[in-house]
Amino acid sequence: MILSTSLNSTSYSFIDKLKAVDYFLIIIVAIIGSISVFSIYSTESGNFSYYTKNHLTRFLVFFFMFLVVSFVRVSFWYKQAYIFYILGILLLLLVIFFGISASGSKRWINFFIMNLQPSELMKIAIIVCFARYYHRIQSSDIQSYKYLLQPIILLLIPCYLVITQPDLGTAILIAGSGLAIIWLAGLNLKYFIYSGLILLVSLPFVISILKPYQKSRILTFFNPDRDPLGAGYQIIQSKIAIGSGGLLGKGFLQGTQSYLEFLPEKHTDFIFTLFSEEFGFVGSMILILLYALLIYRIIRIGFSSRSFFAKLYCFGFASALFLYIFVNIAMVVGLLPIVGAPLPIMSYGGSSMLSIMLGLGIVMSCKIYSRDPIGN
Amino acid sequence: MIKKIGNLNKNKIISRRLFVLVAAKVGLLGIVTSRLYNLQISQKEKYEVLSDKNRIREWKTPPQRGIITDYFNNIIADNQRVYQVHLSLEEVSNFNNSIFKLKNIISLKEDEIKKIYERKEKSKPWDTLIISENLSWKEFSKLNLYLHELDGAKPVLSTSRYYPYSNDLVHVVGYVGDATTQDIQNKKKIEENFVPGLKVGKIGIENSKDTDLIGNHGIKRYEVNASGKKISEISYNKETQGENLRTTIDLEIQQLAQELLKNQAGSICVMDIYTGEVITMASSPTYDPNKFTHGISAKDWNEIKNNKLRPLLNKSLAGLYSPGSTIKPLVALAALEYGIIDTKFKVNCKGHDHPYELYGERYHCWKKNGHGWMSMRNAIKQSCDIYFYEVARLLGVDKLSLIAKRYGLGSKVLEDFYPEEKKGIVPSTKWKKQVLEQSWYLGETVITGIGQGYIQTTPLQLCLMTAQLANGGYKIKPNLIYDKEIDLDIIKSKIESEKNKSVSQNILKDHEFKYYERLHRNPKNLKFVLDAMYGSTNEQFGTSFRSRHKEDKYKFAGKTGTSQVKRITDQDRELDLDLEEIEYKSRDHALFIAFAPYDKPRYSLSVLIEHGGSGSKAAAPLANKLIKKILDRHELREKIRKDLKNIA
Repeated sequence: MILSTSLNSTSYSFIDKLKAVDYFLIIIVAIIGSISVFSIYSTESGNFSYYTKNHLTRFLVFFFMFLVVSFVRVSFWYKQAYIFYILGILLLLLVIFFGISASGSKRWINFFIMNLQPSELMKIAIIVCFARYYHRIQSSDIQSYKYLLQPIILLLIPCYLVITQPDLGTAILIAGSGLAIIWLAGLNLKYFIYSGLILLVSLPFVISILKPYQKSRILTFFNPDRDPLGAGYQIIQSKIAIGSGGLLGKGFLQGTQSYLEFLPEKHTDFIFTLFSEEFGFVGSMILILLYALLIYRIIRIGFSSRSFFAKLYCFGFASALFLYIFVNIAMVVGLLPIVGAPLPIMSYGGSSMLSIMLGLGIVMSCKIYSRDPIGN
Repeated sequence: MIKKIGNLNKNKIISRRLFVLVAAKVGLLGIVTSRLYNLQISQKEKYEVLSDKNRIREWKTPPQRGIITDYFNNIIADNQRVYQVHLSLEEVSNFNNSIFKLKNIISLKEDEIKKIYERKEKSKPWDTLIISENLSWKEFSKLNLYLHELDGAKPVLSTSRYYPYSNDLVHVVGYVGDATTQDIQNKKKIEENFVPGLKVGKIGIENSKDTDLIGNHGIKRYEVNASGKKISEISYNKETQGENLRTTIDLEIQQLAQELLKNQAGSICVMDIYTGEVITMASSPTYDPNKFTHGISAKDWNEIKNNKLRPLLNKSLAGLYSPGSTIKPLVALAALEYGIIDTKFKVNCKGHDHPYELYGERYHCWKKNGHGWMSMRNAIKQSCDIYFYEVARLLGVDKLSLIAKRYGLGSKVLEDFYPEEKKGIVPSTKWKKQVLEQSWYLGETVITGIGQGYIQTTPLQLCLMTAQLANGGYKIKPNLIYDKEIDLDIIKSKIESEKNKSVSQNILKDHEFKYYERLHRNPKNLKFVLDAMYGSTNEQFGTSFRSRHKEDKYKFAGKTGTSQVKRITDQDRELDLDLEEIEYKSRDHALFIAFAPYDKPRYSLSVLIEHGGSGSKAAAPLANKLIKKILDRHELREKIRKDLKNIA
């Protein structure tokens, strides 16, 4: 009976759809996007050239994509969830054979219009896949070994593929996103505690298989002055830039640290550093607040959704988004080792922008089609 | 229904779990916020300083050395524009390649390239290496033409030391060279103002007045980017030039002295007998100090080092010689002051057949046929050795040593101004006991009376001795750098006031004298000795009679000296060889001391010619020419003195 009423309410008029759109979320994304364009513009010392043009184009294209995806029925993602996951794995395998190498790692595939980084896409695929996986499982079954082992294998495959690229940062983000959904689905707390303990015990082994540069990054995190011109350079310079920004910052285009090229990777992983140097503590807080609002809106959409798939997806994506933001900022302020994780929307990089906008698109589709119960 | 309950349950779980996650997020956000607060608010100042340190880099600019002039403001140590090429190591991609390219543009010798590589080993990656300090204009313009091919190479206009009168003043002024680690450690001023390529004084005034001459380096602050490239100049503290120095030297007299000493080894010193100003301090042979500025070549260095006449030795103050007969006025004065003899005391000089005998040892006069009966004035005038053997015997070496030290022998004339200056030796019984651990023999007293034996003096000491005799027996302060505190009129009135003071009983005892204090007991004794020196130069049979000036205004008084370098044997005396027949190394040193003008003494001088033979033949004739020049320039010097006093 419940089933039939649910099925009845799955037709929407165009007006209904437009009414259902969360405009507030769109505005927040647009604001963060605008800030990101100005920040990239500042990395080029106020020249509207290569990076700024590319970034602006990508933002506009993917923002449009976000709006288009919003009107794709959420049941489409439910149905195609595993396909999406398999596609991601295939692309990751493709990287091994046809990937493009840059600075010692092989992460990209050349798609003519852009160099795609499949691991970024995997960040979304894993959330969609897990949301579908747990959508069907009864809460009583979740604790069984069968349902415990399957998602762990699903999670380990992409993580392994990404680690071997090597790209520790993205692997951690994928794992984190997956674990967030497993947590939300209700897996017993003890498993998290056990696996945490196992991880701690196996830490020496994990460290031994790390690449030398990864090891030195972790050692450097604990003591940046160990090698101030080598591995510690990024952390030290980033802290100097942020610290010297002060309360109100040095002003737009006035960041000496980035203008004089002391900042490494300033348009990608260290974009927050540049922003913080120029706009200070106040600017940083405003940006963090915008992100918090974005996450809040996503969680709100999750609450208003009827289906578990939509709920799990929204909560999962919100958690993943928070994780990306937290890891990036904690990294540039010296709270975490430098692992290579972009700041969503702000950082220069097509694949990252693509995956975030895709993820947001699915969130919006959850909102528009919130009454979709999705086949049980 | 079951499903619905199950779903409600599942919803509950998700919401609860989400709550935990959101709580965790808020917590983590709090950590990030507090970290940002800590960096941007609490530690803002620390990071601002670090940020400035990052972006601002300092370049030190070399200071210019002060200029050194003679008394008449003629520049004797100047700064000259030079063309250099520096290599900024940070900007060089391939060092070997750069050197190879440079070698083809400017001429670099193999040993120079070797040195460049040695210096490169020692320098830091951001240092600037000076490839060549002194390029010709042709090389410099060629370098500018090919500059685009030479990454890191920089053509630089700089200044370097230049000595316009190259050889004439090297022993006075000295020369400069690269600062060594030792130089930097020894002198704080050098350490504070060090820049790569800084030249510091190695010897002479350049060395002893380095602290005044160096000046202060400048600092240019540039904003730089992460790779060290200069973006813009922020500030420039200009370097300051070192102090200019006026010496007491008269360039023209110095040049004449060097000219007179040409091709001989020797020294000429000229001093103002009141102010103690060293007017000339010539030493021969000399060498070119300009060769040292940019590092002397091995060939030039060996040439200087291996010259038998020892150009590197500053003979005026580091050469030690027996004073010979130039000591006789002092011996006579000592005997008179102590009242051992009076001026009428006579000794018979009977020639080589009847020498002076003491305990079986025989002592000869230089004059083969003897002087006959000699009074004191005649003995000084004709430089009779027999007479002074007897006077010395009566006087005793300790009294002689006391008076000799009082008039400037046995201690450094310019104190520590020249580290190489020697004290010499004024022997006494006590000295021999202490130094040689032997007792004194009377025979040694006898030969000390004619300035032979242990006694060792520098030409500058003899000049000072003459000055302090000629000024009427007063202690003066020798100096080489113009000092406005030293005022001729004040000195003269001070001496005048000392004259009227009663002489204490202690005057003949050993004690410290202050500057411009009276050194003698009875002015008559001094007058007598100075008059005997007048006789020596201006009267027939005087040893320097042939070098006299007939014109009244140039009349001077002097004393010759011939210093033996080895003992004269009976066989030598028998042979009586001409100078040319004796081996160079065995020839006597020729000495002459003098003061002028005789009636109103103002200047003293000493001349020494190593292995020149007799003082009357080799040394005294030079004094003749010098004194004319000195006295001709007297008016001009006095005018400058007045001008300088008026400025002060």
